[in-house]
Amino acid sequence: MADLDALRSEAEAAIEAAGSGAELEDLRVRYLGRKAELTQTLRSIGELPPEERGPVGKAANAVRVALEAVLSARAADLEAAELDRSLHEDRLDVTLPGDPLSPVGSLHLITETRREIEDVFIGLGFSVAEGPEVEYDYYNFTSLNHPPGHPARMLQDTFYFSPDVLLRTHTSPMQTRAMEVQEPPIHIVIPGKVYRRDSDATHTPMFHQVEGLAIDEDITLADLQGVLLEFARAIFGPDRAVRLRPHYFPFTEPSVEVDVSCFRCGGSGKLADGSKDTLCKGSGWIEILGAGMVDPNVLGFVSETGYDPERVQGFAFGMGIERIAMLRHGVPDLRMFFDNDVRFLGQFG
Amino acid sequence: MRVPVSWLRAYCDPGLSTEEIVDRLAMTGTEAERVERVGVPSTDGFVVGRVLTAERHPDADRLSVCTVDDGSGEPRTIVCGAPNVAAGQTVAVALPGAVLPDGTKLGKATLRGVESSGMILAEDEVGVGEGHSGIMVLDDGIEPGSSLADHLAIADEAIEFEITPNRPDCLGVHGVARELHAVTGAPLAPLEAPPAEPAAEVFPIEIDPEICLRFTARVFRDVKVGPSPLWLKARLTAAGQRPISNVVDITNYVMLLTGQPLHAFDLDKVRGGRIVVRRAEQGEWMTTLDGAERELDPSMALVCDAEGPSGIAGVMGGQISEVSDETTSVLLEVATWVGRNILETSKALGLRSEASARFEKQLHPDQAVEAQRVAAALMADLCGATPEPGMADVYPSPAAARVIRLRHARITRLLGREIEAEEVRSILERLGFTLGDADDGWDVTVPGFRDMDVQREADLVEEVVRVYGLDKLPTTLPARERAVGRLTPAQRLRRRAEDALRDRGLHEIVGWSFTSPRALADLRLGEIPALTLTNPLSEEQSVMRPLLLPGLLDAARHNAAHGARGLSLFESAHVYRPSGPLEVPEGSPRGAVPSAERHHLAALLTPGRAGTWRSPAPPADFFAAKGVLEGLLGSLGVPFELEPGERPFLHPGRSASILVGDDRKAGWIGELHPLVARAFELEGCAAFEVDADLLAEEAPGVAAFQALAAFPAALEDIAVVVAEDVQADEVLAAVRDGGGDLLEAASVFDVYRGEQVGEGRKSLALRLTFRAPDRTLTDEEVAVVRARIEERLADAVQGSLRA
Repeated sequence: MADLDALRSEAEAAIEAAGSGAELEDLRVRYLGRKAELTQTLRSIGELPPEERGPVGKAANAVRVALEAVLSARAADLEAAELDRSLHEDRLDVTLPGDPLSPVGSLHLITETRREIEDVFIGLGFSVAEGPEVEYDYYNFTSLNHPPGHPARMLQDTFYFSPDVLLRTHTSPMQTRAMEVQEPPIHIVIPGKVYRRDSDATHTPMFHQVEGLAIDEDITLADLQGVLLEFARAIFGPDRAVRLRPHYFPFTEPSVEVDVSCFRCGGSGKLADGSKDTLCKGSGWIEILGAGMVDPNVLGFVSETGYDPERVQGFAFGMGIERIAMLRHGVPDLRMFFDNDVRFLGQFG
Repeated sequence: MRVPVSWLRAYCDPGLSTEEIVDRLAMTGTEAERVERVGVPSTDGFVVGRVLTAERHPDADRLSVCTVDDGSGEPRTIVCGAPNVAAGQTVAVALPGAVLPDGTKLGKATLRGVESSGMILAEDEVGVGEGHSGIMVLDDGIEPGSSLADHLAIADEAIEFEITPNRPDCLGVHGVARELHAVTGAPLAPLEAPPAEPAAEVFPIEIDPEICLRFTARVFRDVKVGPSPLWLKARLTAAGQRPISNVVDITNYVMLLTGQPLHAFDLDKVRGGRIVVRRAEQGEWMTTLDGAERELDPSMALVCDAEGPSGIAGVMGGQISEVSDETTSVLLEVATWVGRNILETSKALGLRSEASARFEKQLHPDQAVEAQRVAAALMADLCGATPEPGMADVYPSPAAARVIRLRHARITRLLGREIEAEEVRSILERLGFTLGDADDGWDVTVPGFRDMDVQREADLVEEVVRVYGLDKLPTTLPARERAVGRLTPAQRLRRRAEDALRDRGLHEIVGWSFTSPRALADLRLGEIPALTLTNPLSEEQSVMRPLLLPGLLDAARHNAAHGARGLSLFESAHVYRPSGPLEVPEGSPRGAVPSAERHHLAALLTPGRAGTWRSPAPPADFFAAKGVLEGLLGSLGVPFELEPGERPFLHPGRSASILVGDDRKAGWIGELHPLVARAFELEGCAAFEVDADLLAEEAPGVAAFQALAAFPAALEDIAVVVAEDVQADEVLAAVRDGGGDLLEAASVFDVYRGEQVGEGRKSLALRLTFRAPDRTLTDEEVAVVRARIEERLADAVQGSLRA
């Protein structure tokens, strides 16, 4: 029995000291293999006197079970250490770039802004209508209450292809086009390129507008104010207010200009340090668009499709996409929109 | 319109600050661009003085040493350089400490040994005129020592208003005063004028009624031409008008006050003693007041005397009958011209004057008579003139007053809020309208000066609401019926396409819709039909682009100049082609469009993209562009094929047409022609351009479910050796032909050229996927199909399988 204890101690010490799976296998063969002392002991139990067989067998078996447990525990330890080592060796420089490159592209800021504006109005029940940029004088001017010789034609320097064909100076011609094919009610926004013969620090000969038109039996100027308030809050923040100022446009009556409360100074006209806010020039308001109730003369041009000014009425508005984007993103120079410098393009969209 | 505040307050003074006036007017439709100070910043130190003595300076011939009574009781010594200074004059004096308009603070000065404590002022030194040849001499009887500002507008402000084209009445100070009256309720002073003279045959006048609606004239005798009084000079100067002489100043003053231009003739220079208003003859010439020789044509209206043109009607007078210092008789013309005619004349001549800017907005004939009345009083007062009784008045078709029914309910319906009847009446009356009661509202008579702008009920509603206050309107949303917002399928497809390109790393650009004939020539497209502007800003922007490529190339060049390489750009925009003659229908074109406009998508890749640390960068070649195109059209669900096809601007061997649907040409793809690349200062680039409108037509509708494969596929790779000129498509077609229904897919995954396949040949490695819908294929079945494929390859493309 003393031999068994000595054997167990010796084997346990050897197993604990084993440094690899192979070494451990050698020890297993040495202590638990067919030729091992313990195996021999168990095998030769039958040769012992009957009264010794029980105690010796029991003791030897206990040693065998104990050694097997130690062996498998040590094997698990070694395996874990092995895995640790190999995982450690597999370690990467995680700061290297990914592969293949997935370059990040961008939508142009005009496209991004246009879509956001469209989506605000889609949510308000408007559809998106688009029309030609090369346009007839009839749609661009005459049908919008700018008869030939009307002084308002002087407001817009127009590019011409012939006396009657021009580049549209606003997205408004699509108002008439849309009403010619759709009876009231109509709720549309019209995004697109427009052109004026003007080029300086604050004007480019091509720019982008979004026009809106809503006609039904009972649409009021108060409704215009509500729709534009929703728009202003969606684009410039939830705390914005709008105000209407009287203005003049030939195709609306009454006509208004619409200001949004300044989102930098919060409408106070002053910055936190008490200085004058240059964005709103200290007024607390920023002009964002022109609007009004659709002029009865404009409806008169599409009376065939049911736009009787005595029966239906509504509003129209128009805004410059570049202006909205400049205000919102702090772009300092209109020309940047058309330089297409990737250092600019990549900042948005 | 520049309005001196003191002048405005003379007609309507609401007791508000200038800033408040500007705000109130802005919120009711009369917007100011800016407010400028006129004259001195502070009236402190500016007093009235009396010259007690004026002696020549002992050491300077041109200087006088004066003693001046400034009211202090102690005579003040002032050295003065003006030649006209003399004892006994009442003068304007700046005391030491006074600040001049340019900001200079006056101090004591010693001039050639004599100490001068102050300055006797000339007009320009306090901004009341331009005169600097001598000091201002004020009216006697003003107490020395009184503040100069009480007698002369030396410290004023001018508001620069932005008057909309519908409001020519506000191109006069009195019109703006009326607005202020309407907005604030402060009283409006009437114009100072005697009653109108009855019409009389005082002067022979003939007019062409097509170009002249009304022509009035009065004759003034014993006119003494000279400088205007200081108060008038001060008002004109503050309004931005240079004082010239009393007669001319009166015409300008009355125009600035009433908005109605006037013209004074030296009656003795009106040849033949009569006036004829007619159209110019072709090629007729005249010299206008500004000294320019002007060639005229029959669209233009002239005011002539018996011998020839005397002025261009409504635009500018002529030198021939100009009022001068010798003038003693004046014919004062106040006419009403046809606005459109004046607009076109001034545009054609490139000559816009204060007069034409007013006439072009169509004044009302009533305004002419009012201006005559105001001017007559001033001619008598300021020029000592004797008006001949009666006014010549040629007015062939007198305009009846316009009366409009305004329904009270209509106001509520348009605005979404009721405005009380008394308020409506009060607002309109303050604006100069006359109201009579009607069943459902009022019959409103429009004053002449508002006739062009207010012609319908809606116009009156605007008048009411703008003065009432837009800020008092409620904020509501429309009660929407049948208003459902959504994008059309084509719009959704376009967004998806743009997103697909963006997600593949391309940057969207926005190029000019214009291009230049040179850019098209550089693209070797000199002959392409393109829409040409008749009035471009420049040759560079004179034609409408028939394809998007030039804009992408411009953007690439711009970025390359900043050192950017490996650019991936795209654009989504219209292109323009002529669609035949630009014919114009009568009335509405009924939906017709004057040109062939299409929405295109185009992409451009430039070389020099960076690789990564473990894979080199792919070149910006045909296949790089094709990869982007595959990604784009794949995301849209539009299958396509490429067919070799040349474009003048593309490498002839590395370009193709893009076919979709039933062989419809949707665009092109290829590497840039080397000559084109060179012209745009770029290295080799690859690009494509597709017609998004056409893609939208070809895009699939609702996708139908297809059963998932239940049995495994058998994969097999083969290598097909074919002649170099055999295309991959042809090989695949033969493979599909041989593979039949059991061949699920076939794709090229490698191309090999080399000794093993021989000169002039290439080996395409294909991966074949075989599958049956109802069973697992056996090796024997696959072998049969494979044999058939081999046979078809041999027949169709003389191809052989490589072991």
